[in-house]
This record gives sequence, C-alpha cells and structure tokens, in this order.
Amino acid sequence: MANKTVLFQKHLDANAKMVDFHGWDMPLNYGSQIEEHHAVRQDAGMFDVSHMTVVDVTGEQAQPFLRQLLANDVAKLTLPGKALYGGMLNHEAGVIDDLITYYLTDTHYRIVVNSATREKDLSWINAQASPFNVLITERPELAMIAVQGPNAKAKTAQVLSDSQNQDIEDMKPFFGRQSGDVFIATTGYTGEVGFEIILPQEQAPSLWQALVDVGVKPCGLGARDTLRLEAGMNLYGLDMDESVNPLAANMGWTVAWEPTDRHFNGREALEVIKASGSEKLVGLVMTDKGVIRHGMKVFFTDAQGCEQEGLITSGTFSPTLGYSIAMARVPSHIGQTAEVEMRKKRISVKVVAPSFVRNGKQAF
Amino acid sequence: MSNIPTELNYTASHEWIRREEDGSYTVGISEHAQELLGDMVFVELPEVGDTLSAGDDCAVAESVKAASDIYAPLSGEVLAVNETLEDSPELVNSDAFGDGWFFRIMPSDVSELNELLDADDYQAVIDEE
Repeated sequence: MANKTVLFQKHLDANAKMVDFHGWDMPLNYGSQIEEHHAVRQDAGMFDVSHMTVVDVTGEQAQPFLRQLLANDVAKLTLPGKALYGGMLNHEAGVIDDLITYYLTDTHYRIVVNSATREKDLSWINAQASPFNVLITERPELAMIAVQGPNAKAKTAQVLSDSQNQDIEDMKPFFGRQSGDVFIATTGYTGEVGFEIILPQEQAPSLWQALVDVGVKPCGLGARDTLRLEAGMNLYGLDMDESVNPLAANMGWTVAWEPTDRHFNGREALEVIKASGSEKLVGLVMTDKGVIRHGMKVFFTDAQGCEQEGLITSGTFSPTLGYSIAMARVPSHIGQTAEVEMRKKRISVKVVAPSFVRNGKQAF
Repeated sequence: MSNIPTELNYTASHEWIRREEDGSYTVGISEHAQELLGDMVFVELPEVGDTLSAGDDCAVAESVKAASDIYAPLSGEVLAVNETLEDSPELVNSDAFGDGWFFRIMPSDVSELNELLDADDYQAVIDEE
C-alpha cells in the first residue's frame, strides 16, 4: 500500500497523473509538465513535497552532533533561521544523503532529508547520535508545500495572514522562520525565488487551495526534475549515492575543511581522495536534436590522445533553453567539448559548469 | 480512457493509419501512445521519397520521458511529412489523430492492410498492457 500525502485528494481532483515515487503516490504532472515548468520560470508554481522527511535535532549538544554528522559546518550558522546545504557522509566519504539544515537556536536545528532515503538516514542519524545529548524527532505530522517562481512570493503573501507576512517580511534567501505553527523558508529546488512552507497536515489542503485560487499552478515531479536540473541541483540516487564522494558530485563547495580540527564523518577518507584526485560532475549542453538521458556514456580525448569515458548521471530536455542538458561524472581533465553516445550515434556536446538556468535566464 | 476513433486502423505498436482519397495513407501515433510518452519535445520524420518496408523504424517521437521509434505500418513511398512538427512537436500531444500526424505513404502492397488492427482490436491491445 503506497503512502499518500495529505494533498492526495487535491491531486486527484486536479486530474494529476499519479506515479509511485519510492513508495509514495505522487503527481507526475497535471497535464503538461512543460507548461508547469514554464509556470515556475515565468510566474508561480507549487509542489507537494510532503513526502520529504522533516527531522528536528534538539538538545544541548545539537551543534557538536551536527558538526560531526555533516560535511558542511553548522557552526557557520549564526543568524537564527539561516539554512545550509550539504552532504551527510559515511566513513568512506560516500554520500548517504544531501540535505538542508536550518539553524533555529543553539539547541534546535531542523533538517530536511530525502524521502527515498528516509529509513537509512534515520537509522544512521540515530546511531551517530547515541554518544551525544541530543533528541532526534521525525515530524511526520507536518506537510510541506514549495511555492516557486518570480511571482511566488507576491502570490503567497496574498494567502498568508497579516502576522505571518509580518514575520517573514525581511527574510533573506536561504532562511527559515517559524510563524505560529507554520515554518516558512526561502529555500527551494528550482533556481527561482520562493518559499518552502512546512505546516501541520490538517492545514495543508486549505493552503494548497488558497494558492490555486490566487493563480499558483500545481506542478508535478516531472517539472520538478527539469527545473532542478536546469538549476544544476543534484538529485540523490542519480547524481550521487553512497558510492560517490562529494568532490565527484559537485558538492566540494559544501565541504567545510576549516577549521582543520573539526572531525566530521568521512573527513579522513575524503582527504585521501582529495589528495589523489577525484572525478568531477560537469554540465553538458547539446544543441542538436535529441535528449541526453541518465546512463548514456560521454567520451572525450585527453591531452595524450587517449579516449576517456564518463557517465551521464542526469539528462533531460530543458524547456527553458529548448535543447537537451545533462550532468555527467567524468575524469577531471575533460576539456570544453565531448561526445555523447545516443541511439548508436555520437553527438558532440559542450562541457559547462553544471548550472544552466538561474532566475529564468541562461546561466552558462 | 483514451479516444480510439473507429474509422482508423491501428498497429500493436500504437501507430494509427487513415486512408486518404488518393489511395495514400496518413500515419500518426495514437492518443494512448502520446499519453504514455508525455510532452513531446522532438520529432524525427522520414524524407519525402523514402521507400519504406512495413515494420521499418522510420521516425522517432522523443518526449521528456523517452525516445520512441515509430514503425512503418505499410510498405511504400513517403509522399509527405508533417513539417510543422519540427517546430511544434506538442501537436502530437494536443491533436494526436489530427494535426499531430507524422507522414503519408503510398502503399506498394495493399495486402498488408489486412494485417492492421481495427479499433476493437486495438482497444484489446491497450487492455492487455
């Protein structure tokens, strides 16, 4: 029996095409995923992300615990509400999951992890927490709605209460703030501005409907994937997993090497990898017809004239750009062009930093 | 529930075929097929003048989800292709049995028509999926 979010009936009412997503019945699209994609780039769209796992880390040792658990350093978070993206590594420096941490107080952090990895994340977190004086509390009673797009904030403001609007008035990007029983964050997974709203389940359907009524377009997992890929954001399970270290997943910027005396899980293994050199994740752009897809191979010739090979981790058609984009894990010395093997042909592609669209515009 | 017009013929690989007044046949993919594929982003068509054998992979429908080969339902010569699909592949989604047609073929062996499915047969194919 698949899990259903509290918004399941809303999706059915809107004629969503529902699919199984790691044990959850989720909307793939409500008709056209490309129209949904454009709504987020040009206006405002929203996603039911209630399947994601919200975990509160509380207690006196919340900070030292998270400084060991995460490769990024929560000690960087000094302003209440500030959010931090990063990886949770195993002792071999493989990525167990990527997650966002919100700093609420010195004794209360909130983390949001992937639903597909929920069980292994929770068991790892609980095991790691045992030497610390912390409490790990999953919050399954909370729903989550992401409202994204250039008009997302203005449209959301129309449906929030006066006090909620006051509470979040001056909130900068990548922050979260509690307002009554609703947690509102300026985070997202699309490369657009907007909110992620975490709220008691029983309030979610009425908020969803209110957002529909002010013209926010419901968007499914299809659009979510093309949006995140245009934004150059990783998808766990495709772009990285436990067999991949963060340096090979374009997550090097989320590893806090300083201070050098901070021990975090996977640090020693990652230092060895860093010293010996790692593969890297690059962006690919293909202006010819066709769509690069996960699992295809990419080839290039190195300075010695030897052919080198890499693997497409994510690929799609970019609705904003009108051609295919992809992320690929490749040997680190790749040049500016390469060839992707698709349908028995090799097609030349441009190699770019893995960020394709930001705030509606081409980013490379 | 997909629309399956009774005046058309079909293949098990989800193409539809319509007889035209000049004896040629127009080919497209069914509404059911476009629903499975999702938003269409590229369509590759045969060339006018190509000679096809029944069963040849002669076109490609590429959606956000997957690239799917389109097979020639009949042998014969390609008389016309729907060039508007180059810039508007979404017509395959919005009007699969009309403006979303792929190509027109003049059959060289009309006995192959007996191999095609009628609407009921095609419904049975979908029901078995």
